Amino acid sequence: MNLIRGFVTVFKHLLEDKVTVQYPEQERPVRERFKGRHALKRYDNGLEKCIGCALCAAACPADAIWVEAAENTDEERYSPGERYAKTYEINMLRCIFCGYCEDACPTEAIVLEHEYRLTFSDRRDAIYTKDMLIDQPLPGTPGTPQQTEPGRFTRSIPEMEDPL
Amino acid sequence: MFGPGESGTVIECGDNVTCTAFHAIFTSVLLFLVLLTGFAYTTLLERRLLAWLQARIGPNRAGPAGLLQPVADGIKLIFKEDITPRGAEKLIYWLAPLIKMVPAIVVVAVVPLGPPISIPWFDGNWYRVTQGLTDPNIGVLWILGITSVGIYGVVLAGWASNNKYAILGGIRSSAQMISYELSMGLAVVVPVLLAGSMSVGDIIEAQNDPPILGWFVFQNPLAAAILFLALLAEVNRAPFDLPEAEQELTAGYHTEYSGMKFALFYLAEYIGMITVSMIGAAFYLGGYHFVLVDRFPLLGPLVYAVKVFLLLAGMIWVRATLPRIRYDRLMQLGWKIMLPLAMVAVVWTAIAVFLAEELGRGVTAVFAIVAVVLFLGGAQWWLSRAGHSVDEPSEGARVETVSLSEQARSGR
Repeated sequence: MNLIRGFVTVFKHLLEDKVTVQYPEQERPVRERFKGRHALKRYDNGLEKCIGCALCAAACPADAIWVEAAENTDEERYSPGERYAKTYEINMLRCIFCGYCEDACPTEAIVLEHEYRLTFSDRRDAIYTKDMLIDQPLPGTPGTPQQTEPGRFTRSIPEMEDPL
Repeated sequence: MFGPGESGTVIECGDNVTCTAFHAIFTSVLLFLVLLTGFAYTTLLERRLLAWLQARIGPNRAGPAGLLQPVADGIKLIFKEDITPRGAEKLIYWLAPLIKMVPAIVVVAVVPLGPPISIPWFDGNWYRVTQGLTDPNIGVLWILGITSVGIYGVVLAGWASNNKYAILGGIRSSAQMISYELSMGLAVVVPVLLAGSMSVGDIIEAQNDPPILGWFVFQNPLAAAILFLALLAEVNRAPFDLPEAEQELTAGYHTEYSGMKFALFYLAEYIGMITVSMIGAAFYLGGYHFVLVDRFPLLGPLVYAVKVFLLLAGMIWVRATLPRIRYDRLMQLGWKIMLPLAMVAVVWTAIAVFLAEELGRGVTAVFAIVAVVLFLGGAQWWLSRAGHSVDEPSEGARVETVSLSEQARSGR
């Protein structure tokens, strides 16, 4: 009898909903902490959060990040503080999407967002440069480089109101 | 309905040389193409039906509803590198897929797909042709013999591959096929006894006696069940597919084959499935006969195709449900259970036929009813017995149940 029950059970699957997600017409929503493509964030005033410290490059287990820093001046300011990332490249073929760069960043500049549709047909196209990774400034706010008044943005790491 | 009416006589195709030759060539080519197309879409049917039975969708991207998937598979197999392993016996390695494939295709030459029809021809006469290649009066013998030839392909493929898993798979597969040939042969004797002829066409016609109720599956359901199981084992289909199990034998006898040669093995297996479904339907399910086929003989192939489709769907359902049978249990099943039961079935039918000749047709009906009742009762008994022995301990086993909470309370 268990034999018959087995056949009936399998037959009942015919009448159930299918579990297949028909990509690309349907997409599975990702979780909140899903680690997808990177993004370099900005502050609300338009300055980049990235200060070019290369802690992310040091933390990366796959050696996928290349950072070259340059000095900020008040006439041409990219980020608060002394340095900014002149060159910022991530090799998506090396990246393992572990999120260590996000954990290591002192200013929460590099974050992993939800984009997973990354395709390229050449190995060179896999190197994402800073202009591909940087966030766009909010509408209405200026982008970088900015001209700022001297003495205002001297700290690289912002004052934290609630260190906890 | 579709005939010469009063204008002329109908010439038997067998009497006319041109007709015979033309009919033979035309029907063989047609049958070959139909089998190949059927094979391609059987692979698609299997993948989709297996998927639906597992609550998922099968291939549906290549072409509408996946209908071009077999084309895509064919192109892929053609482009694959054709490897010959070092140390392989080149000639036999090359021939083995053919030895397996050709009998699988040729075996349906003797199975008629429909009742004879009258066809008008350009010379003004009407010719009476069989739908199907031919119908010799030893058709059953042809089927049994040709299926045995296919076994050579399997064992030669395994041996010629110079691979220990391949040869294990080949020998296991051929031993399995030979063992189940015995039960298959006996199960095929039953329709021969009931119809009184070894011609497949006669066997199909004899099942029209009451239409549908005259099918031999109602006359001897035990033999029908044995035939279907034996045919599953003949084509190495689940649950008897240990010889080609990837998990146990790294694909068995066709491990070392790739590209087009593998495609030929694949083809031989699926055409074998179609072929044995056709044979099973012809011997026990009334072949091309159903309600209206007497009046519209052209419906015969359609009815037959529906039956073959249902049998194929049944095979796929079985594959989705049952795990593989371990090889030694498979051999035990073939020799110790199916062979005696097949002999019992043959004896039953022999007695039934003999008494029917003496006492008249009522005996056939009585024997049929008794056979069905016994079969269903026996199946029900056997199936419920198999369940209980797992749940309860057998007599004499000393079972001590200890409660963990009791142990905790007593401080142990």
